[in-house]
Order: sequence, then C-alpha cells, then structure tokens
Amino acid sequence: MYDTSDIRKGLKVLMDGNPFTVIEFQFVKPGKGAAFTRTKFKNLLTGAVVERNIRSGEKLEPANVEEKSMQFLYKEGDDLVFMDESTFEQVSIRRDMVGNNWDIMKDNLPCSVLFFNERPVDVSLPTFVLLEVTASEPGVRGDTSGNVTKPATVETGAEIQVPLFIRVGDMIKIDTRTHEYVERVNK
Amino acid sequence: MSGDDEVRGRVLEVRHGAALIRAARADVWLAADPSWRAGDLVRVVDGVGQVVRSFAGGDYPAPGTEVARLGRGRLTTLEARARALATLRRYFHEQAFLEVETPLWVRSPGLEIALDPVPADGGWLITSPEFQMKRLLAAGLDRIFQVCRCFRNEEDGAQHQREFSMVEWYRAWEDLDAIAADVEQLVAAVCPVLEGRPVARWGGRAVDVTPPWPRMTVAEAFQRFAGFEVVGDEPAAELARRARAAGVDLGDAEQWDDVFYTAFVERVDPALAALERPLLLTDWPLPLAALARQRADGAPVVERFEAYIAGVELANAFGELTDPRIQAARFSEELDARRTRGKAVYPADQRLLAALEEGLPPCAGVALGFDRLVMLATGARHIREVVAFTQDEL
Repeated sequence: MYDTSDIRKGLKVLMDGNPFTVIEFQFVKPGKGAAFTRTKFKNLLTGAVVERNIRSGEKLEPANVEEKSMQFLYKEGDDLVFMDESTFEQVSIRRDMVGNNWDIMKDNLPCSVLFFNERPVDVSLPTFVLLEVTASEPGVRGDTSGNVTKPATVETGAEIQVPLFIRVGDMIKIDTRTHEYVERVNK
Repeated sequence: MSGDDEVRGRVLEVRHGAALIRAARADVWLAADPSWRAGDLVRVVDGVGQVVRSFAGGDYPAPGTEVARLGRGRLTTLEARARALATLRRYFHEQAFLEVETPLWVRSPGLEIALDPVPADGGWLITSPEFQMKRLLAAGLDRIFQVCRCFRNEEDGAQHQREFSMVEWYRAWEDLDAIAADVEQLVAAVCPVLEGRPVARWGGRAVDVTPPWPRMTVAEAFQRFAGFEVVGDEPAAELARRARAAGVDLGDAEQWDDVFYTAFVERVDPALAALERPLLLTDWPLPLAALARQRADGAPVVERFEAYIAGVELANAFGELTDPRIQAARFSEELDARRTRGKAVYPADQRLLAALEEGLPPCAGVALGFDRLVMLATGARHIREVVAFTQDEL
C-alpha cells in the first residue's frame, strides 16, 4: 500500500476497481487540521481526470499496471498481434482497442501497450505513420478550388482522403489521432 | 599601502567604461578595465584594477553556484523580507509591545493532534512559542511579541517547510478584536513593501488588504460553501452523515476533526481562495478549540479566528483559555487522541498549567506565518522564493 508521502507524478493506483495515474499533487494543511495531498488522477482506461484530497494516514492501493514497448506484427482476423520488444513474447489484442486505426498499422510499427492486471487495456500508437499510396485515380485538372480531395488506398489497405496531386507510389504522413492525411513526404 | 586605497568586490554592472562594484562598505563606481564583466571579482589598487576571479567567458552565474541558486528574483524577495521584518518591528514598538525571545528547545511542545514536533536531544523543537509566552504573560508582561523559528515535521509544500518563521503576539487585558485589528494593520503595513500599495498578490491575483476585513463565522462558511450545517455540539457520526448527504467525499474519515477538515479542504478552501478580499473566519466549533476559550454565551464555539488572504491561511488567533482545569482536561484529551492515533506522545507542559493556576490575565494572542506574509507581499508562488535556504538546499 502507498501512503500520502509516496504520492508523486506517475504513481499508479487502484481506486474503485479502476487504474489511475497521478498527474498533479499539492500538499495542503488547513488550520490545525490534518495534512492532505490534493491530488489529480487520470483514469488509465477512460482518460477521465478526477481530483481527490487524500488525508495523511489514508492508504492508496497500488494498481498492477505496466506499460510495455511492443511491436505490431500482423493482423489475424479481428485481432492484432504484438510482440514484446524485450522478451519477444507475443500477445493478441482485439483490433477495436485502437479504434479505427487498425487499417493504417503497418508491420513492425512500434507501439506502447498498457497492461492492467496482466491484461492489455490500451494501445498507444505513434502520432504519425508513413504509408505508401498503392492506388488512386489521377486528379481532375483544373478543379483546384477549395480543399478538393480524392480517395487513395495505402499499402495497409486503408482508404484515405488526399489532395489531388498525390500519385501512386507517393509516401504520405497520416495522423493516428484523426486518421487523416497530413502531408506528402519525400522518399 | 593603506587599506583605503584598495577596493575589492563583485562587479554588478559595467556601463560607459565604468563598473559598479559591490565592495565592503558600499557600492562604488570605478573606472572599468575593458575585460571586466558583471559577476567578476575584482581588486582595484590606486585606481588600477585586476580581476581576482573571472566569470566572463563562461556562464554567469555559473550553474550550481550559490549566486545561481539565489538568483535575482530570490535576492529581491530576501530584501523585501528584511524590510517586512523591519516594518513589523516598527509596528509593534509603536504599539508599546516588548519583543521577547523564548527557547526553541522544549520538553513539552504543542499537543494538538495535527502537530508532529521534531525530536531533539531528548526533548523537542517548538511547534510554536505559545506556552512560554503565556508564562511571560502570567509573570506580568502585558504586550509581547516574538519572531522565531518553529518546527513541524512532515510539512513540505508550496506553503510549508519543516522549519518556518512565526510572528506571535499577545495582548493581556484585551480581546480578540484588538488582535484582529493588529493583523489587519500589520498586513496593510507590510504588503506595500514592493509596490507601495496595500495589495497582496497570489497566483497572479491582487487582493486589496485595506482594513477592516470582512468576517464570516465557520458555521456560515460551511452552510454557504460546503452545503451542510456545523454547530459544534453534534457527535462525529452526525457531522459525517450531514457531510455525506451534502455529497462530500469523506473517504474513511470518522473523527470529528477529520470529517470537518475533509469537507473544509474539498469545499471551503477553494471558495475562500476565490474571495476578492481577505477574510477573518471566526467562531470555531468547540471540538477544534485548541487553546481558545469558549464563547461567554455558552454556544458550542470558541473565540478563535483564522485570517485568509486569497485562500492562504495567514494567521490563527485565540481569545486565550485561562482556566487551568479546562486546559488540563484538554491536554489529557489531546494526549489520549495522540496515543490512539499513533502520534508521538510527551508530557503536557506542567509549568504552563502552574502559570494558569497562578493566574493568567484575560488575554488574546495570534500566530502569523511570516514566510506566507512575505509571499503575499511579493507575489511569490513558492515558499522557497522567500527563504534563504529550504530544507532541500541544506
């Protein structure tokens, strides 16, 4: 168990069955009362932030959470298979855990997987991925008004809206937070 | 060569071929050698200077040095701190107070449950100079003040250091209102230390500290900000029931004071922090009496106020308890509570009880956190900015 003197940024605790991490804390001591640590926690599953005042003497339960660097290996049905970069152990994770990003994940993509009670609960992707365009109709000349886009298929099979100048063989940068095209990159 | 011909000191600035040098007795402008830079230690003999130790070429101040540790900002607040202390002493002398000094090492420090005294050589360091100052009152001194270091273990934060400076004063034959007026006038006198206006600064906000300050009872503050009633004679379980009904997250708090302060920290504290003026929070419930006397009309509250500015608890004042029997009973309750909650125990101060027995005149007194006052006067955001050294810098 942790007590208030253990509280620091990044401490992982279990509250109401959910894993939380400390993102901010402050020592407060009113009048002649007990000391408190005013603490902001982020729910590691939902991202929601809660504030609690932990009274000196109260105990906090450590959460069994671990963040591991893992490589994405391949898709297998509705699962994504990852490999622990240090132990080479493999684990299958349901693809909906990465939202709609499963279709822009290329083999060997370095990810970070959060485990809670030994079970994977969250996958963080790099903010940007680089993918090659494998199919796209040529843009219609002359139509350059506004942000005109066209669909393009990338090497992982996903269809992404891209500007008209993008051609087959181009390398493009995609933001995994929005699942959208960012820019063309030089090969 | 006589010493008068030699100037040694640190170059503060170089301008138009002259250097301002901080020397032994004064800051002096002297003709500068072109190689001199701010920070250099120089020696000038008969108008000809040489650099004793040069910082030019490297970073000045060099990382990790004392000059870098203190920095410009902290130097400024230390100067403001010294002026605040002088202002404060002038106020007390004008009010015909006698400055006293009582020991920091004692056998029986404060017994309140929230105190964790620092052990020292078979005794303890004081958590406040209260007991000894009351003995001086019993001995016949009527107006006394003291500025001293107090020590409370396990306190470390933006407003807390284990070792901190307290201003404590007492007026015999006077009541809490006289003390409230002292606090208001003192703060209004010290706050202009930087800008010349009676304004306290906290977290980018300015608070007008011109006396008199608004007052609010604890009961009213709980009703308004916490959403439940605190009277002072309800059992702990009843107080906890009301707090929970108002939606306060009590955790496992059961004791009266724990329930009170959990709600205080969650609801009242943030509301006090948002106030535009200082506040005297008055009429504290009897279970939080500490060394205050019960109000004369028999209500379950004591003559006590705390002064808040922008949510910073600056001072705690009592209409002092002078009845030796009630004081002895409170000491023994506090000792029991300390035992059951696993806090350090030590004997109650028998010499204080004896002094009350001999006769302590009716009096009121207050403890004011001097570091916090300097923080408010200078707008410092952390106590480290207003002290020469924090415990981490030792």
